[in-house]
Order: sequence, then C-alpha cells, then structure tokens
Amino acid sequence: MMKNSNKEQQNMNKWFRSGSPWIWLSAGGVSISLISVLGLLWLIASKGLSYFWPADIYEFKSINDKGIHGTVIGEIYDREFIPASQLAHTAVKLPPGQETVERLLVKTGNRELVSLDFRWLLVPEIQTTTKPEEVVVIERRTNGNFYGYIESVILEGKEVDITRLPELLERVDNFQEEIDSLQKTHIGAINYKIERTRLKERKYKLDNELTEDLAKELNGEVAALEAEYKVLEAELMGLREEIARDQLVVRAMDGQTVTINFEHILKITYNNKLNFFDKFLTFLEQISAFLVDDPREANTEGGVFPAIFGTVLMVLLMTVIVSPFGVIAAIYLHEYAGKNALTKLLRIAVINLAGVPSIVYGVFGLGFFVYMVGGSLDQLFYPETLPSPTFGTPGVMWSAITLAILTLPVVIVSTEEGLARIPSAMRHGSLALGATKAETLWRIILPIASPAIMTGIILAIARAAGEVAPLMLVGVVKMAPNLPLDGNFPFLHLDRKFMHLGFHIYDVGFQSPNVEAARPLVYATALLLVTIIVALNMTAVSVRNRLREKYRMLEH
Amino acid sequence: MALAFKSTGTRQLKNSLAKWLITLGGISVLFTLVLIFMYLLYVIKPVFDSATVEQTSQLSLTSSTKTLSVGVDELKEVAYQINELGDIRFYRLTDKNGHKIGSQLFSQQLVSNGGEIKHVVDSGINYKLIVDSNNNNIVIAPKFQSVYTADSREIIARIDYPLGEEPLELDENNASFSKIAFAMDSEKAVFVAKTNDGRLIKTTLLSEDSFDYDPAFDTIFQEIEFYSKKVDEILITPDLSLAFVQSGNTISVFELDDEDNVTLKTEIKPKTTITSMALLSGSSSILIGDNKGQISQWFEVAGEGGRDFQKIRSFNNSTGEVVAKIYTEQFRKSFYGVTATGVVDVFYTTSEAQLWNGKLVSSQPDAFAVSPRSDAIIVVNNNDLKIFSVHNEHPEVTWSALWNEVWYEGYAEPDYIWQSTSGTDDFEAKFSLVPISFGTIKAAFYAMLFAVPIALTAAIYTAYFMTPALRKKVKPTIELMEALPTVILGFLAGLWLAPLIESYLPAIFLMVIFLPLSTLIAAFAWYKLPKELKIKIPETLAPVILIPVILVSVYFAFALSPVLELHMFGGDVRQYITNELGINFDQRNALVVGIAMGFAVIPTIFTMAEDAIFSVPRHLTSGSLALGATQWQTLIKVVLLTASPGIFSALMMGLGRAVGETMIVLMATGNTPILDWSIFQGMRTLAANIAVEMPESEVGSSHYRILFLAAFVLFVFTFVVNTLAEFIRQRLRDKYSSL
Repeated sequence: MMKNSNKEQQNMNKWFRSGSPWIWLSAGGVSISLISVLGLLWLIASKGLSYFWPADIYEFKSINDKGIHGTVIGEIYDREFIPASQLAHTAVKLPPGQETVERLLVKTGNRELVSLDFRWLLVPEIQTTTKPEEVVVIERRTNGNFYGYIESVILEGKEVDITRLPELLERVDNFQEEIDSLQKTHIGAINYKIERTRLKERKYKLDNELTEDLAKELNGEVAALEAEYKVLEAELMGLREEIARDQLVVRAMDGQTVTINFEHILKITYNNKLNFFDKFLTFLEQISAFLVDDPREANTEGGVFPAIFGTVLMVLLMTVIVSPFGVIAAIYLHEYAGKNALTKLLRIAVINLAGVPSIVYGVFGLGFFVYMVGGSLDQLFYPETLPSPTFGTPGVMWSAITLAILTLPVVIVSTEEGLARIPSAMRHGSLALGATKAETLWRIILPIASPAIMTGIILAIARAAGEVAPLMLVGVVKMAPNLPLDGNFPFLHLDRKFMHLGFHIYDVGFQSPNVEAARPLVYATALLLVTIIVALNMTAVSVRNRLREKYRMLEH
Repeated sequence: MALAFKSTGTRQLKNSLAKWLITLGGISVLFTLVLIFMYLLYVIKPVFDSATVEQTSQLSLTSSTKTLSVGVDELKEVAYQINELGDIRFYRLTDKNGHKIGSQLFSQQLVSNGGEIKHVVDSGINYKLIVDSNNNNIVIAPKFQSVYTADSREIIARIDYPLGEEPLELDENNASFSKIAFAMDSEKAVFVAKTNDGRLIKTTLLSEDSFDYDPAFDTIFQEIEFYSKKVDEILITPDLSLAFVQSGNTISVFELDDEDNVTLKTEIKPKTTITSMALLSGSSSILIGDNKGQISQWFEVAGEGGRDFQKIRSFNNSTGEVVAKIYTEQFRKSFYGVTATGVVDVFYTTSEAQLWNGKLVSSQPDAFAVSPRSDAIIVVNNNDLKIFSVHNEHPEVTWSALWNEVWYEGYAEPDYIWQSTSGTDDFEAKFSLVPISFGTIKAAFYAMLFAVPIALTAAIYTAYFMTPALRKKVKPTIELMEALPTVILGFLAGLWLAPLIESYLPAIFLMVIFLPLSTLIAAFAWYKLPKELKIKIPETLAPVILIPVILVSVYFAFALSPVLELHMFGGDVRQYITNELGINFDQRNALVVGIAMGFAVIPTIFTMAEDAIFSVPRHLTSGSLALGATQWQTLIKVVLLTASPGIFSALMMGLGRAVGETMIVLMATGNTPILDWSIFQGMRTLAANIAVEMPESEVGSSHYRILFLAAFVLFVFTFVVNTLAEFIRQRLRDKYSSL
C-alpha cells in the first residue's frame, strides 16, 4: 500500500508540514473526552438498570475435579476468562492448546445454608445447564434471596394448595403493613412523647421550677403513655404470633427442604416463567420498590428511600438559605458595587469560595457550626438534654448551611450573568419614569433575571446533591433510625442526622461487609444520582439558553 | 401634596434601606471567606503556643523537717507531703466549703518506733516505697476520692497498702540499703537495691492473684553480679523489664524478665559526667543529665550488631549548670530538668522543643512532682509548698516536627511518619504532614499528567477548528462531566476501574501508544481519500470520525493485553512487577487515581482553556492566515501565544481542583501515608486524611488541630492558586478588550 518511493516521501512531508496530523491529534482529544463522558454514563446506566431486570435462574449440574457431583441453582452474575495456566495445579482436564478457560460467577443466595452466596463455576466442569420453570426467587427481609422449588404452602398451620400463594402473599403484606404502622407510627410516637416528658421534667428541675404537683402530673403522663405502650406492644405480639403460623416449605439446590415463615417473605417470582412483557412489568415494579422502600440488610438490599428523602430535604433547606444570599450578593456586585478595591476583593472572594476544596467547608462546618454555634445553642436552649448534644452534633441543618456556603458562588455567578445580559435601556427607562433604584430592581430587573436566578439555583442544587466529602463531617450517617421529618411535634427535626444518596454509594460500596453482593445496588444508586444531577444540569442549561435567546431578541 | 411628599419619603427610605441591605449582603460574601480563614487559624493557633508556667498558690507546711516527697490529686485540690519523720500530711489547695487554703485535711504516721524515713521511691505516681531507718520497707498508695454532696465536691484522701501493712522483707540477709529502686504493676513488684554489705540484689514479689484485690504474694530473692562496688542511682522501667544501674559515668542495663537469672544486657557510656537520670514515659527511653547542663535521650535502636542503646538527641538547659534532677510526665514525653539553683527547663523529646524555662525557687527543691494530668507542678523548698499551673496542651507539635524527619522511639532512623492513632495506650501519635502532603502532590501530578494533554488538545480543537454547530453540542457534553458527582467517579474508579486495570495492565500502556498511532493512521487515510469522498466527509468531522477509530484501538489494546501478558510477563503482570521489578503493586494505585481524578479535572481545564482560546480576537488570526501561514502555524504562533496566560490559569484551576479533591482519592487509593512516587502504589492525601480521621478525632486535641491545619494548608494553597489564576485571567481580558 505504502511504497517507499520519493513521491510518497514528499507527500508525507507535505502532509506533516501542513500541520494536519496535529490537528487530527487534537481532534483525538475531543473524541476521547466525548467517549469517556458518554461511556461513563452508558456504563452506569447499563449496570444500574440490569440490577432491576429479573434474571434467568439456571440450574447447573457439574462434576468437579475430584469427581463429586453437584447442583447449583442461581443467576449468572459475571463471567470471565482466566489463563489455563492458573488451573495447572488442579485436575481439570482441558483440550490441549486451549489457553483460556471461561468461568461463571453464580449468585446462589440461600445465605443461611451456605457460607458463600457467590461461587465460581468452571465452564468445562458443567455437565448440564437448564432453566427449570418451577424455580422461584424468594425475596426476603433477612438473609437475601432464596432460590429453590416450592414444596408446600402452610396457612395458619394447615397445608393448602399452592394456587393460594398470591392470596397468602397479600395476607402477609397486610399484616406487615399493620405491624409497620404500629411499630413506627404509634409506638414510635409514644416513645418520643415519653422522652419529651422526661426532658420537660429535667428542664423544670434545672430551672428550679419543679413543684411536687408538677412532678406528679408529669409522672402521671409518663405512666399513662407507658400503659398505652403496653397495650400496643401486646397487640403487636399478637399480630406477630398470628403471622408466624403461615409458612412456606421450599427445596434448596442441595436437596434439603427449608421452612420459611411468610413474615420474612417480600415477594415470590417464577423468573423463568416470565415472558418479556412480564419481565418488563417486574422491572418497573423493582424500580419503584427501589425508590420507595427502606434499606435492608445493612443497606445492601432493599430501597434507598431514606437516602432520597434526606438528600432532597437537605438540598431544599440549603436552597432556602443560599438563594436570598446568592441573589443579593449578585445584585450588589452588578448593580451597586463601584469600581474600587472592595469590589475587586469581593470578586476574588467569590472565585475563591468556588475554588476552596469542599472538605475544607466540612472542616469549617464541623468546627464552627457544629461545635461552636451548636454547642452554644445547646447551652442556651437545650440544657436539659446535656451532656448528650442536640444541635452540638452533626445534623441536617448544619449540613444545609455548610453546603449553602459551598454553593453560594454558583448562584452568584449565574445570577450576575443574567443581570449582565439585561439591556441597560430597561434600567434607564424605569429610572427615567421616576422609579427609585430599589423599585427598578424589584419590578423590572428581578422578574427579567428570574430565569437566570433559577438556573443558578438549579445548578446549586445539582452541585449540593452530589457533594459528599463535607457532609461526612457535618451530618450524614449510614443508617438514620428516623427521618428528619415525621408526625411528631415539631415535625421537622433539624437536629437529626440524615442519609444521603452520595454517601450511600460510598458507604455501601466501600464499607459494607459483602461488597460483591452490594455492588449492583451501588450501581443502581449511582444511576439514580447521576440521572437526577444530569437532569438538573440539562434543565439549567436549557433555561439559560432560552434566556439568552430572549435577551438577544430584546436587544434588537 | 403632603401625601405625595410623604410617599416620596417612604420610597426614598425604602430605596436607601434596600441599598444598605444589598450592600450588607454583598459584603457578607467577603465576610464568609474571612470568617473561614480566621476560624481555621483560631483552631490551629494553640498548637504553636509555647508552654506557660504560672504560680497559682503557695502554702507553708506545718512540719519543720525536710520534705522527701510530694504529690497532688487529679483535680489539683489536695496536695500531700511526706517528711523525714515519717508523716504524710494532706493539705487543701483551694478555698472551699469553709476551709482555708493550706489547712490540713488529714495526716498519718507511716513509720513506727520513732524511726526516720531514709528513702522514698516512686513507681509511677501511684505507688511509693518507704524505707525507714529501722530497715522496715513498706509500699503505700495515696488515694483520692471525689465525694459529691448537694452542691459541692469534696476530696477525701486515704492511704492504701497494696502490698499489706506489714513491713516487707526485701533482702534475705536483712541488710540495709544504700540505694534502692522499685516498680510495680498489679501482678508483680520488683525491687533492685544496693545493700550496705556490697551486694546488688533483685527481689520480686509475685502476686497470687492481683495486687488490686489481694496483697498476698510470693517472694523471689536474686543476687545480681555487678563489677562495681559503687552505685549512684538505680531505675526500673514501669513495665518491669529493665533496670538501669549508674556507677560513675557508666550505666549498666539489666534484663529483669527472667526470674532465675538477671543478665547484663548492655552498658551505656555517655562520655560525660552523669549527674542525674530519669525514665521517659513509655519505658523505652532513658534521659541522662550531665554537669554541663545537657540532657540526652537514649533508646534502643536496631543496628548492625543487634539492638543497642544510642544517643538520639540532646537538650541544653538555659543556664549550662549541672542538671541536678530530671522529672518526667506520666503519659507524655515531656520532662523537667532542675538545677541546683532552682532553674527549671521544660522540654519535649520528640519535637525537640524547649517549652519553657525559668527560676521557680531559690535553690534545688527538696521535692518536686508533676500532677497526674500534667497540668501542674508542685515544688517544695524550705517548707514552702508552691503550686504552678502548666499550660502545655500540645508539646508534641512544632513547625519543625510537622515538616522534618523525627526520630521516634523504636525506629531505626529519623523518618517522616503520619500515624495518628493506634490500639495501645502508651502509643505516641506521629504527626508528620510530609507524607500526606506528598500524597496530595503525587495524586495531583498523576491526575494532571492524564488530564492536561486530553483537556488542552480538546480545548484547542473545539475552540479553533470546530464548526459552530458541532461546538454547540460538544462543549456542553464535555462540561456535563464537571457536574458528575465525584463520589460516582471514585466509586467507579475503586470498584470497576481498579480491578479492570489490574487484570488488563498492559492494555493501559498499549493504549498510550495505540491511541495517537491510530489517530495518525486515520488522519493519513483521510488525506489519501479521493476528493469526492473528502467533500462528503470533511475534515471538520474529525472528532466524529475518530470515535470509532479510537474505540477499535481500545478494543485491540484490551484484546492484545492477555496475549502480551502471557508472552512477556509470564502470565501475570502483577507477579512480574512484584517479583522481577521489585515494585510493590497495590490494586488501588496512583494510576487509577490519575485516570479517575483526571476525568474530574478535564472539564475544568477544558472549559477555561477553551474560553481563553475562543476569545482570541479574530483579526489576529485572520491577519496571520492572510500572510500565508497555515492554520496550524497560526494556532501555534499566534493563537496559543496570545491565549497562553488564559491556558496557564486554566491549568492552575485544574491543579487547585485536583489538590482538594476528596472522594475520588478516598475511594480509589488504599490511603496509606507513604513517600513513594511509584505509579503502582497508593497514597494518602490531605483531603482524604481529613475525611478519614476527622470524625474520630477528639475535639481540641492535637490531632484535631493538626487536621484543621491540614485544611488550612489546602485552603491557603487553593486560595493562592485561584487568586493567581483569576488575576491572570483578568489581565488577559483587559488585553483582549484593548486589542
């Protein structure tokens, strides 16, 4: 193709002199950037979505190198090729010349029966692979999934026909709902009230206002609440006993039968019986369950609802704080500030607020807000709970304030850009008609700039939703027992710690004991977070673009 | 008229109110930045404060005989004194509950039959051995207990006898002692003594159960072979393993662990005139004072000839006088050197800091003690007892200890070490900011190495060669990367990229060759295309054409990787690197961090560099092109040159981002604080270190303040970088507008 003739040489030289190769190389930079952005999004999307897709369940019959037969039931989780040399020390026989061996990572579930819920199977060892229709996946509250065959169904201690399975599942759902509402709403509320009454008593004591009558009254209140608690507890025990009489007998892959109480069962699916449409329905169901359920099994299973809730609440609080400050600062910089050293300093401050590493905000938030301001608030307003802190400990309010400082420059820059694009003719017109500067701002400038302000706020929200490092210091926890918003007075508990999607990813992906089992959930959470943030950013960009178009029209 | 006037007034009022409010809001941004700066400084400052020693109270003792030993309780409310006549007396140090300062709380006779005390020997601050002139030996433990009444706290003192109230038999021959040392814990008490009949003996009392409950014990008598008749001083380490016997200018070290045989371990010969010695907290180091005012620290170092005591560092007292006595703190590595004229010098060993010095009393004190919490010293001289409060919270931190090599106990040589916590109690925290600052620089360096070529080439192409239509799509797409949460990049780096790189390591290095090569081949292929096709696929579509080309070459790199691994690296690159090249290989290493953090930095650099290049005035490039320069020549000679300050500021911003990034480094490295440039090893950065350790550090401790210092270093670094970048950008903008 390429002869080393003189003409070719000249051609080459000419080509190099034209600079074209370098231009192409720099185009390569663009291509790599594009590939990496889109590839990254695609990677997260595919890995995240496959978590929800109901997998086929396989039954593998195999003989291992010692000649022992085995049956493995489970979903194929991963597959890889390993060099044949790695198997040299085992007795696995391979056709000569084969350099790599395929092996499958199978998720076998049944955590209470086997020590490992994942195992590697060498493809050459597998004798038969089938997809039995009768295999069920039982999603459970504890111990993860169970794979096996249903043997019999027991309702209230008596065996019933297997066709009544859906009915039983519904029954257990109703029971669980009742138990949940008893446990969380009613009993939770009573505990909270008892705690508050105790604190009230302590407060009176500290203020030296505790008279005997008052003490008696408070004690009476506590006693009444405790009595109420006992009733509810009895009711709860009754429900639990009743539900414990429904059982499912299943056969696991190694042939042993296991009885599972219905109270532990969330869902039973015949994955291999599902057609594409059913699978799609299950897929949607799984997604919605992921969004609205509480996490189970130390966050490695179940949903991420508390994390979504925590993220949203914290971000909303932050928005409330950052919006007025950001907008006012931007208005000052663009409308009021003169051309002097102070303005220059201010601009440097804005740039630096944007550039300071987020962890520094976390350190500042922890030291200043949590320990200094929070500690003082506790001394002043919550002496009755000391030494256990109320606001003197990381919580959702401090997180919101810390992130508000962090996102302040985002709002300022975006708002200022919007203000700069408003033609000065509009200001002059308003002023010429006799309006004061404040009136011009309020009636003319702000309404026109509002989309720019919105853009800034959306970008700030996107930034805050993805920020994790400072939150690790000022309020995020891996498992919050209570949401910061509930039915107990004062409803919004700003002192509580909260869960956060970003931290959830870090925690489940890196701190959980069974990282392999948790990984799909982490991908799913990452997908959720990326979707939110990308959507927010795209909205912001489109709002800004539309705004730019509008201003261009105003100018002409 | 009046109404209108009033309304104008309100409007004006509102107007000026709005002005003030908005100005206030604007200034608050500056205020916030200053507040962060000041608060960080406020937390850090105490670390660098030097110690202070101030007298808080003084009282006259009621006994007129010489004081042999003193002590104080944890709360500094009650002090005691043991005098020559065998009295222990407790005095109040505060005016409380109707009692005056200096009033006697309680006293007890420790010696019977009218004897006098000859020696009082301390083991820690808890136990004291009393030897009297009748040759009776007894171990006492002065105890304090806080009793809370309705509205106040009372300290009650008592004397415990952990080894029983009967005199102890410490010598088989019942000889009297000229020197004696003693140390005990809850299971064992060890005495080493020089008897007046010339023997060096060791006596061990082994508890049957625990001395905490039951004083019963078995006694083992041993005699130690020792060459010299003269013994000046004996010390036993609190862990009961070693005895130091000073004879003239030689210190012999004996091992005490063996109940059958006491062996001479080594001899320390400091080549000076030894005037005093003491054991540093933690029982590893011995301090030796000499007649020239120098105190030297010695501990065991593993050398060529096994472990041996070496002189590690020395301290000179402020006057150059003889070091008469050395007193050490119970838990920290601080010590007090006292001269015969009553001058006290306070030092901290590992930070090599002289913390304080001054004359506390007019002559060498009769008795001297450091309070249990090391926040006070108590000095008795001529029947005057003085309490000095000591403010010395962070003696281990000095600027030089943070940034220089420090020789810690148990280490073979001085080193930079960050090790803030450990399981054991007598652990000394090691705060060197060098390894984590180094890690920060290393991470940023590899990230920039990866990001700069891609970001800059992409910026150049997008700003200068790309069609506006394409640019409108490409720019927001790349900028979308900036919005991706770093926690996601970190998670992918740690759980997806790191294992991938580990199993396809050759592919990464193949790509470095393949990607440019395939790009050039594609470019040349396009050049060779027939004209008609060239018009259909113009050169402006290069980035789009290159996407499949790059994907294919990436695929080839990965496909070739196992083959290359098999034939060149014996089937396992990781093993090859570890065994053949002798480089440690971590799965989460600098390469992973470089790539992951590179992705985070690319959009920052890209956006700003692209802006700088794009805003180069058109007439400059048009002029150049009109004069016959090619596109590329114009770019290199005109555009890049003009935009170079902007590109530089883009790089600075990128660097600032890379230095402060937390989550990616936290998740994609092993977070080990090591000093190693190797691309196959991890690192610990300042930011990740804060994220890891801050939640566990105790508020107000040295560790807490040093983490704030780390944050401050980050703050200042990014402040300088950002301000510089902004300044340059501003200059550039002015230049463009003037062109």
